[in-house]
Amino acid sequence: MRRNRSPLAPSPLQVGLSYLALGLASLFVLFPLYWLLITSFKLPIDVNSGPFYLPWLDFKPSLHAWEYVLGTLGPDVRRAYANTAVVALSSALLALFLGASAAYALTRFQYRPRVGAVVLFVACLGFVVLMAALGVPWQVAVGLGLAVFILGLQTLGRRFRRHLSNDDIALWLISNRILPPVVVVIPIYLLFQQLGLLDTRTALVISYTVINVPIAVWLMRDYFQNIPPDIEECAQIDGASRYRIFWTIVLPLAAPGLVATFLLLLVFAWNEYLLALFLSKANSQTMPLMVAAMSGTRGTEWWYMSVIIILMILPVVLLALVLERYIERGLIVGAVKG
Amino acid sequence: MGERVQSKQAEAVPRREGVWVRLVAWLERQAPAFFLLPTVLVILAFVLFPLVGSLYSSLSRLRFSDGGLELSFVGLANYRKVLLGSEQVHFLGQPGATGWVVGVMGLLVLGVGLVVYRRYRAGRPVWVWLGQPLLGGLLLLGFAWLFLSRLWPGTHMGTLQTTLFYVLVGTALQYLLGLGLALLCAERLPGTRFFRVLFILPLAITPIGVAYMFRMLTDTGKGPLVPLWEALGLGGFSWVNDPWGARLAVLIGDVWQWTPFAFIVLLAALQSVPQEQVEAAAVDGASRWQIFRHIIFPYLLPASATLVLIRLIEGFKIVDLPNILTNGGPGTATESITLHAYFAWRTLDIGTAAALGFLLLLLVSLATSLYAAWVLPRARGQV
Repeated sequence: MRRNRSPLAPSPLQVGLSYLALGLASLFVLFPLYWLLITSFKLPIDVNSGPFYLPWLDFKPSLHAWEYVLGTLGPDVRRAYANTAVVALSSALLALFLGASAAYALTRFQYRPRVGAVVLFVACLGFVVLMAALGVPWQVAVGLGLAVFILGLQTLGRRFRRHLSNDDIALWLISNRILPPVVVVIPIYLLFQQLGLLDTRTALVISYTVINVPIAVWLMRDYFQNIPPDIEECAQIDGASRYRIFWTIVLPLAAPGLVATFLLLLVFAWNEYLLALFLSKANSQTMPLMVAAMSGTRGTEWWYMSVIIILMILPVVLLALVLERYIERGLIVGAVKG
Repeated sequence: MGERVQSKQAEAVPRREGVWVRLVAWLERQAPAFFLLPTVLVILAFVLFPLVGSLYSSLSRLRFSDGGLELSFVGLANYRKVLLGSEQVHFLGQPGATGWVVGVMGLLVLGVGLVVYRRYRAGRPVWVWLGQPLLGGLLLLGFAWLFLSRLWPGTHMGTLQTTLFYVLVGTALQYLLGLGLALLCAERLPGTRFFRVLFILPLAITPIGVAYMFRMLTDTGKGPLVPLWEALGLGGFSWVNDPWGARLAVLIGDVWQWTPFAFIVLLAALQSVPQEQVEAAAVDGASRWQIFRHIIFPYLLPASATLVLIRLIEGFKIVDLPNILTNGGPGTATESITLHAYFAWRTLDIGTAAALGFLLLLLVSLATSLYAAWVLPRARGQV
């Protein structure tokens, strides 16, 4: 029966099962979103007096929540929207660029940091903290610590022969994400207070970039690893520099991975809540704060909250629509053949 | 300008070639540093201070004093409180008598199973099995005991076990669902573009929003699922009052939000599977399962290992869903470690919050290094 068809083409039954599975999954994904959408058109009384499912049949849709959010709250929402967009886009691009170059480095070069140097660094750090705790001004403490570290590196650091590897570096990078934000949020607040960056977008861009870089490194590392190194070697023989190879050959080849990683970094920054809560007051307020603000002294105002969540989803949907086609088979196949 | 000779031979370029060429050659030699150092320095600059600061606060207590608040050093008192003192049951749970029996038996079964499995895989006697794997195995068994011995009636799960439950079950479900959906969407069926965008959607909602959304959905009076429960004869059942029901609700929310992460990473990884190999295998009569198992899956392994690692690390920090959906209740049934820390922090008990955070750091670091020692090298084909 299957003789005349391509061996890879699925049978009608398989196609049917595939669509069934996709349909069920879509239902699981869509139903909460549908509920969100209709809640945004409900009057408070329709939300509070039992489940109503279908607009016009069950309840009479109303635009009151949309009018309130876009009208009364308009200036606040617009500012938060602009902040979120600027902060998320710039931190995602920064993290992607830093992460991709670090990931490239970790897949193509061998690093061998000495264990002795790492231990020395931690010891000097402890030294600095101790001095600061004993009342030495922090500038002096850091300076002394650095001096001791450099001196030690020249002498003690060479004694130990054991090396760490690229994998250890990668692991260290990702381990920076382990500590829950609740625990570090006060020191981060103090840090940005010292830098005079509280309530600015810069503070958010910096902190989101820092917390998202490890994820970019890890994801991009896998995509780079799947790119055959032959192409790069050819280019190197032709005299292209590493930077040029990275920029004009490796990055385009890794386009699907780059796009997927960019989308993820973007939504992580787009959605971040706790750091934004601490680092911004009014000027740099972001959309997740607006969502949380809809649950306040008057109870949770589901209708307003739904509108704001929908407003938050829309740009990401548009971006995903535009970028999705790039998460498609890249140029690798053609490049290797050609 | 930069198109002149710049590769490794550039070191041999004579001096008279000028500053520019020497600069380019130097840049080329330093490439490994220039690619990696920016990331390392940025992270060091902004991570060290918060790390040290919170470590210090975990060793101290916030006190009211003349003119405000002050941090006073109390040594390991916060850790003692969490591990041995008044917060012990809250954090570690309480094994009942059944719990002990079941836990110890589960441990034995696990241990024996592990030994037999390794012996079978390696084809060598058990007593060679020492060193790092032994240590790792003991740690794993310790985790397993902490978890198993608190699962049965008459026992009490602490925030540690609840978190482990979310992380282990949640990550597994997210990975499997994400893999299935990615495989379906990678097939050239009409309409997959629509599904691709659709399945990314849940990621676009801020976790707080997801938590509120699931609170709407699971509302026992006005939620959309109420008629369904009543039709099933479960009208009187309230998942809020049932510990496992509440945990399940949190878990479903978590899976809803984070399956797209697995989906998008695996979808991108699927693009690097060489199509010729798949076609050749199909021509040779390999079944779909064989093609997946022996051709496609090996290409997904590195990305899968990374993905699971990231989800493990992120999963341990789950806080918004249990906080908003159930406020940690009933009792402390759905409270995660981070939420525990958050509750402590909200009462200005910053020391305990930080101590919990660092215990979590210790736990996750152990889990991560076990994972890095055992799973990652195999997934990347380095063993």
